[in-house]
Amino acid sequence: MGKNPFILQMKGITKEFPGVKALDDVSLDVRRGTIHAICGENGAGKSTLMKVLSGVYPHGTYHGQIFYMDKEMKFSNIKESENAGIAIIHQELTMIPELSITENIFMGNEIVKRGLIDWNAEREHTVEILKRVGLSVNPDTLIKHMGVGQQQLVEIAKALSKNVKLLILDEPTSALNESDSANLLSLMKELRSNDITCIMISHKLNEIAEVSDAVTVIRDGHTVESYEIEDGYVDENKIIRAMVGRSIDNRYPEHESHPGEVIFEVEGWNVEDPEIEGKMVCKNSTFNVRAGEIVGFAGLMGAGRTELMRSVFGKNYGIYKSGTIKIKGKEVTINSVEQAISNGIAYVPEDRKSLGLNLLDSIEETIVSANLKAILSHGLISIAKQKKAAEEYRQSLKIKATNTQVGVNTLSGGNQQKVVLSKWMFAEPDILILDEPTRGIDVGAKYEIYKLIHELADQGKAVILVSSELPELLGMADRIYTIFEGTITGELQRGEANQESLMKKMTITSGN
Amino acid sequence: MKYIKQVLGGDLRQYTMVVALAALIIIFNIISGGRMLTSSNFQNLLSGNAYVLVLALGMLMVIVIGQIDLAVGSVAGFAGMVMALSYRDLHLPWYLTVIVALLIGLAAGALHGFFLSQLGIPGFITTLGGMMIFRGGVIWISKSISVAAPPELKWFGAGYLPEWGPKFTGMNNSTLLLGIIAIVIYIVVQLRKYKASAIGSSSKENLVAVIIRIILVSALISYFTWLFGSGREGTSFPIPGLILLILIIVYHTITQKTTFGRHIYAVGGNKSAAALSGVNVKKVYFLTMMNMSFLAAVAGILFVGRSTAAGPADGTSWEMDAIASVFIGGAAVSGGVGTILATMVGGLVMAVLNNGLMLMGVGADKTQVIKGCVLLLAVAFDVYNKKNGRTSASAK
Ligand SMILES: Nc1ncnc2c1ncn2[C@@H]1O[C@H](COP(=O)(O)OP(=O)(O)OP(=O)(O)O)[C@@H](O)[C@H]1O
Ligand SMILES: [Mg+2]
Repeated sequence: MGKNPFILQMKGITKEFPGVKALDDVSLDVRRGTIHAICGENGAGKSTLMKVLSGVYPHGTYHGQIFYMDKEMKFSNIKESENAGIAIIHQELTMIPELSITENIFMGNEIVKRGLIDWNAEREHTVEILKRVGLSVNPDTLIKHMGVGQQQLVEIAKALSKNVKLLILDEPTSALNESDSANLLSLMKELRSNDITCIMISHKLNEIAEVSDAVTVIRDGHTVESYEIEDGYVDENKIIRAMVGRSIDNRYPEHESHPGEVIFEVEGWNVEDPEIEGKMVCKNSTFNVRAGEIVGFAGLMGAGRTELMRSVFGKNYGIYKSGTIKIKGKEVTINSVEQAISNGIAYVPEDRKSLGLNLLDSIEETIVSANLKAILSHGLISIAKQKKAAEEYRQSLKIKATNTQVGVNTLSGGNQQKVVLSKWMFAEPDILILDEPTRGIDVGAKYEIYKLIHELADQGKAVILVSSELPELLGMADRIYTIFEGTITGELQRGEANQESLMKKMTITSGN
Repeated sequence: MKYIKQVLGGDLRQYTMVVALAALIIIFNIISGGRMLTSSNFQNLLSGNAYVLVLALGMLMVIVIGQIDLAVGSVAGFAGMVMALSYRDLHLPWYLTVIVALLIGLAAGALHGFFLSQLGIPGFITTLGGMMIFRGGVIWISKSISVAAPPELKWFGAGYLPEWGPKFTGMNNSTLLLGIIAIVIYIVVQLRKYKASAIGSSSKENLVAVIIRIILVSALISYFTWLFGSGREGTSFPIPGLILLILIIVYHTITQKTTFGRHIYAVGGNKSAAALSGVNVKKVYFLTMMNMSFLAAVAGILFVGRSTAAGPADGTSWEMDAIASVFIGGAAVSGGVGTILATMVGGLVMAVLNNGLMLMGVGADKTQVIKGCVLLLAVAFDVYNKKNGRTSASAK
């Protein structure tokens, strides 16, 4: 197999933020028409490297050189890199939820005829581009009415509309379920066969193994390894070793659960969709969790897991119709998040940017924000207590930041997630609902978080784990409920659950 | 440079404003031939602007939650007028009239708060309505004429700290005591901050820098103590200034040190995340709006006390000065950012401008133009400083 020429060569890239050297002499060579994977721990500098490449950090704010199609590039903004055919899909989606697909795709590149937007032309183009990514939806659909998986495809469609030659995907599948992910990966392969080069950042090693032609591993701002995959075989353990500097034999820590009494029971829970009258998002859901038990919830994207959890958490989502909650055998009425928290329930949301974090806050302010009571002294907030609390989590969860006064907006995606987790652990709940807690978190840190979840269970807390990664549920949960279209369709014990049995119950169609 | 930073400590932007303020004072003092830095001028400046600064305290909190209150001037005028009327027509004792005015403020705030928190109508619109209602109301109930206020109120609006004790101090002893208390409080606060800075991984403050800072600030406080205390016989630190000082301490504590304060910033920073953290967003909205109108009533009382009568045009466009102070103090339009102390510096910049330009004999028209330019400059400077500062004007 003849090797393609390099489309991109980044040489000696160094990028500093005040107090942090995010990249130190990093090089990256990407061949044309390949899928190049970039791996590394949270905060290793992956996203930063891609932001340098795409002009988010303009030329002059970093050191080093970028050669693209044999020419040295000095992008001073995103527009310039886009014109050169480089498109980036950021870790956090950046579309405007209130606007339609068409409007989002042509945002900033509107087709204008005689000073006015030519809507018909835009719509036609949109339909065509959507076809290329395998979406057949009305181009007037509002983004907020689409699932995350579809939104991701629209982002790619947007990139394609700009005649992209090098597509950068920063953790594209972290918010997707298995089937959407598979869909996306096959789309990437198709793009590759159309001579579009892809750079993919991912923490999901199985996906990297599936599609990539070359792998670069970054650790602490240095390139530690970079190689092309010769015969289609990717050694995941080799990547892990390079990423964390040691080997991890078992992705899920050993643990033996000792479930006690049932402390959390939800019965006959019915919730109506807040926007569409008559549509139920939770249908007669009944489940329970024991003290010290880890209960998983499996389901496809849009099955209603998040909706169920948010509505149980102080009726924070949808229109409550009926149902009861019992905590430690006693029926309780919970009408607000405040009441839920004071009843010992905590919910860690899946969407950290819009629901979990105030990006203006520092790490320490965030960590204490759901339990300010714990840092009061004489009725006033004690900064000393706040610092002490935050410092503990920074060390135990290995949050990568110089100190706890750093703003959470400067943290890498994975480290933000750790801060959100700390915030809820600090609230010391009896019942902890974790919605996709390891999304975007690297293998090493995942292991730490799993250990923490085990610790919490050992302290007698009831843990609910919502996850789209079946291996994670199988590795962690003592018991797994499956949900399909708002209905709980099954309950499997640890021993009886496997990928097949779960998948089957997650895709049960009504009538069976 | 690094050393200067250490001495100033923390937020450089805040100190830029303080330096700008100091520069303004010095420049005006030179241009006006020393008439700026005199006892009587500063006593005037403080009692003449205390009401705007009081408004700015509440406005900061309103802006932090991502809202705006346009009705404060009208509410202040209305509360002052009701106070004067209840004295003239109902012959209530002066202290009851004050309570009536404060109750009016609370009620007006409850009205705004209700529309904002329960009906979800943005504060901009709610208070635009309130502004019209209360402005119309003042003119209506006063029949467009000024009404004399209880004379006892003059003390609140234009009184001075009392004189007592030995003469050898060479100045007003109440003011001296106040200055000493201020210095002691400052030292205690700084030392406690220094101790807290050593916790965890955050870099410990440089002790020498802290001491230099304490000495500098203490010198400054001493100078102003002397300035206020050594004026004409019978004058000293003004009462409205004292009321303002107390309110600053109270509101600084509320915003920085209480759960309610944290909730204000949480709601302004990310409403959904705040709600999911157990913050009662509606309650925060309601209380913040109510508090604003309460402070508007306080401002109205101070103003009426100083001018000895309530007029139908009292409070006109005060909201603009209050809002400008908050933004010059570095708050963000989108909410979540801003502090009481920085707002006070912003308000003082406006006050010094007013005062200095007046000393120079610049007319009200030109003063207005200059104030507008300063506002734009200060905010532009701010946006330039934090390039990704969020300044969408949309009311959330
Ligand atoms: N604007 C910024 N200011 C200061 N530090 C920053 C900024 N952006 C990133 N950093 C720091 O740079 C380092 C690299 O961050 P980056 O986002 O590139 O990590 P990443 O490899 O993408 O991690 P993840 O897998 O968690 O997304 C981190 O230590 C982060 O805290
Ligand atoms: Mg990243």
